[in-house]
Amino acid sequence: MQIRVQKHAFDYGAECERFAAARQDVGAVVTFCGIVRAPQDDILYRMEIEHYPGMTERALTDIAQTASQRWGLLDCLVIHRFGPLVPGDRIMMVATASRHRADAFAAADFLMDYLKSRAPFWKKEFTSDGAEWVAAKDSDESALKRW
Amino acid sequence: MTLDVLYFAWLRERIGLPKERIETHAQTVSALIDELRTREDRYALAFSDLDAVRVAVDQELCDLDAPITNAREVAFFPPMTGG
Repeated sequence: MQIRVQKHAFDYGAECERFAAARQDVGAVVTFCGIVRAPQDDILYRMEIEHYPGMTERALTDIAQTASQRWGLLDCLVIHRFGPLVPGDRIMMVATASRHRADAFAAADFLMDYLKSRAPFWKKEFTSDGAEWVAAKDSDESALKRW
Repeated sequence: MTLDVLYFAWLRERIGLPKERIETHAQTVSALIDELRTREDRYALAFSDLDAVRVAVDQELCDLDAPITNAREVAFFPPMTGG
């Protein structure tokens, strides 16, 4: 299991390749990448992601450990960036590895739901309309009830 | 008791600093918030809507009525938006 919280960019392709090639008892790998999306109505100049050093790593580790135990993962990777980002930049990724695909899919879905509202990150958008903190959605919180 | 109090996102902006060390006798998060609110308007403004405030005590998410008697660090922030 690997958790990385970093300012610099990561190479999504290389990370996926390394993760998928690491073990021979794995039968399924699921990967997800979150990308800074350009809005349809205005211009997003940049996004600033703030986080809580120390707690961020602890929260991500807790979430990844829970997923690993619940779905018997053979491996799990979470990378999340902070600092300034622009549309098209990759914000974060998760990768899960299991013997069969259902566990890897479910664990990745669970990881994303929990990362959304239980990992201490906050996004501020700087657009042609001004600067604003991204508000959490009610649907993010209710998504946790699925699990 | 000496306590490090941290603020993130718009709470940090409204209060105007990311971190401060304070002396307090507050026993719970709620009591600490009440104490901070009386300090200055910027604190009262930041804590005017507690539905929009989340708290971590020693880096663990907690409810507002959580005890802080043995805490070293209390952090206030809006609902998280990771991913």
